[in-house]
Amino acid sequence: MASIPASERRPAAPKMRLSLSDPIFRSVVYQVVVVGAVGSLVWYLVSNLEANMETRKIASGFGFLTREAGFAILQKLIDYAPTDTYLRALIVGVLNTVLVAVIGIVLATILGTLLGIGRLSRNWLVARLCTGYVETLRNIPLAVQLFFWYVVIKDNLPAVRQALHPLPGFFLSQRGLAMAVPADNPANPWILAAFAVGVAATVALSRWARRRQAATGQPFPTLWVGAALMVALPILTWLAAGAPTAFDVPELRGFNFRGGIVLIPEFVTLLVGLTTYTAAFIAEIVRSGILAVSHGQTEAALALGLPRGLTLRLVVLPQALRVIVPPMISQYLNLTKNSSLALLVGYPDIVSVANTTLNQTGQAIEGIAIIMAVFLAISLSISGIMNWYNKKIALVER
Amino acid sequence: MSDAAASMNNRTALGGVLGTRAAQWVRANLFSGWLNTAVTLVIAYLLAKALYAVVSWALFNAVWDVPGNQTQVCRDLHGIGACWALITHNYRFIFFGTYPYEEQWRPAIVVLIFLGLYGASAMRRFWSIKLLYAWVIGLAAIGVLMWGGVFGMPLIETDRWGGLPITLILATFGAVIAFPFGVFLALGRRSNLPAIKTLCVVYIELIRGVPLVSMLFMASVMLPLFLPQDLTINKLLRAQVAVIMFAAAYLAEVVRGGLQAIPKGQYEAANALGLTYWQGTAFIILPQALRIVIPPLVNTFIAMFKDTSLVSIIAIYDLLNAASATINTEPAWRGFGIEAYLFVALIYWVFCFSMSKYSQHVEADLARAQKR
Repeated sequence: MASIPASERRPAAPKMRLSLSDPIFRSVVYQVVVVGAVGSLVWYLVSNLEANMETRKIASGFGFLTREAGFAILQKLIDYAPTDTYLRALIVGVLNTVLVAVIGIVLATILGTLLGIGRLSRNWLVARLCTGYVETLRNIPLAVQLFFWYVVIKDNLPAVRQALHPLPGFFLSQRGLAMAVPADNPANPWILAAFAVGVAATVALSRWARRRQAATGQPFPTLWVGAALMVALPILTWLAAGAPTAFDVPELRGFNFRGGIVLIPEFVTLLVGLTTYTAAFIAEIVRSGILAVSHGQTEAALALGLPRGLTLRLVVLPQALRVIVPPMISQYLNLTKNSSLALLVGYPDIVSVANTTLNQTGQAIEGIAIIMAVFLAISLSISGIMNWYNKKIALVER
Repeated sequence: MSDAAASMNNRTALGGVLGTRAAQWVRANLFSGWLNTAVTLVIAYLLAKALYAVVSWALFNAVWDVPGNQTQVCRDLHGIGACWALITHNYRFIFFGTYPYEEQWRPAIVVLIFLGLYGASAMRRFWSIKLLYAWVIGLAAIGVLMWGGVFGMPLIETDRWGGLPITLILATFGAVIAFPFGVFLALGRRSNLPAIKTLCVVYIELIRGVPLVSMLFMASVMLPLFLPQDLTINKLLRAQVAVIMFAAAYLAEVVRGGLQAIPKGQYEAANALGLTYWQGTAFIILPQALRIVIPPLVNTFIAMFKDTSLVSIIAIYDLLNAASATINTEPAWRGFGIEAYLFVALIYWVFCFSMSKYSQHVEADLARAQKR
């Protein structure tokens, strides 16, 4: 059987006889039986499928992708019109999924980290408040929360004409969130480029600093110099361009806002829902990660004469991260998969675009296969990274 | 110590100690240092303001009842007071959906049976083979009560079922049926037989890689295509199949965690005793592995319980969808979504919060047992 190591097998029998007490033969039999059973189940299902498709006159294949989609999409990152193909519609959907997932992950990480640290605060009120947040939000289904936020925005925010104006340049109404953005300026790409140069210079600098410290033992304040580079270079570029301060401010024209960026209410709902829900889980991860590093580690580092900042960076954080990162990545995966609940609030992500597609074309199998393929691609690549990272940081055991 | 004065004295002394302790606690936890004091004051102010707004909306200015379906009173108070009349008028529909009104005592008893089963399973003194019998009888009784058709109860088809019983049925039957599959998948994933291991890994990773929404779609649209033409299964059963397939993969990963935590010596000891693989697994490995994964198993169940709310996507009237239907179909109640969803959220919260408290309690118990 499976659990008997090869070394314990009896010495070669004088005559080879196929018997179930022979572990190798037995394992082959088991595998053949299981694979055969699964295979015949699949064969049975597929033969049913073929018969059903024939009687219902459903064509198979992905030919429909090049046909005209004929439906409009609320939010699109690339040019799209109803006259475009289904394929393009699906790409718009994928991009929308990625957009809400990426922004959601960033915001949830920030909010979750703050909450996780807050739960460990010495201030009783802060700790209780954060605990209350976590215990409330993670025990209510995301679908309920999304519906809740949707009615808050759709039924309870003022109409466009009475839009709330919480911060200069921001307008919140039933039509979503309108935001001011820096106006188009020839200097904008250069400012971005300057930031990229700053990042590259910081990376090079930290490599050089590490080598120098290894050789001479002299530390170099990489963190501060790097931060200064990344901030100063874009600002200098901005100043060199004459410090343009023009903003593209949304203005009320007729029944809607013009100019700036308008986030549709469906996007705002989904983003708020995903962020606040996932942050509750991230808070727990951050908290347990910090608690997992025993206080003796900090004391030992301080006893060795390391300053507090270095203790945190070189002793506490690496150990906390080992605990934090794997569950954190699975939360990121959850957030991405949960973005499929967009369907509930009408945000045009890949699931709702594929759903419309399969309703219009009747290509159920292809539509669902596309949804699953997109999510599998995202999940497998993230879990690939996670396994690689896990292997890298895991403690080596005997 | 016999006279009253002494005990009085003692009490005041105790009171004094308590008083200083309380003061010390407040100073240490709320007002240590100027920064802490400032934070406390700002948060207390904001909290009081928010609390006042919420309480006056939800209690003082709330409308608890309206004559007939005349919701004008509620509309006048929109944004000032909550319209709980929505709940008092529609709670039967939210709890039981479109189940025939006169027969709603049946799903009500079903909910009670579920609560009883959960409660009994949580108490350790009931952990015996009798509990298993109780579950079998309980689940059978639930089926009989919901369907009817016997003992003079009219037959109710599953498309009339709705509300809280649907949520409880999908989650509980899902977990109970998926559990053995999950155990086998976990064992298969740790097996030395490459073909079996590959099959299990592919299944688990495939299911865990896709959202439940896509599984539900698959169950509602694709499953009928994969079955023989004369075999039609109803929508609820299809959703149940999707939930089971989904849950099995997640439970498998939880069980695998338990299997990995069992020291190698236990496997070797089982082999040394001459136990076969199945004997060793059933009597040595699984009892230990399952015991340590009780807390994550409960957490997986909580996640499943929450996830059942997604069946509204394929038009099954579970608790959440029944509440949505209330505010979306009847014009009188349109626009009171906040009240409806807060009510539903409270019900889900009570279930999930008590389960998560229970899982934390078991975890602490196990940790104590490990230390000894």
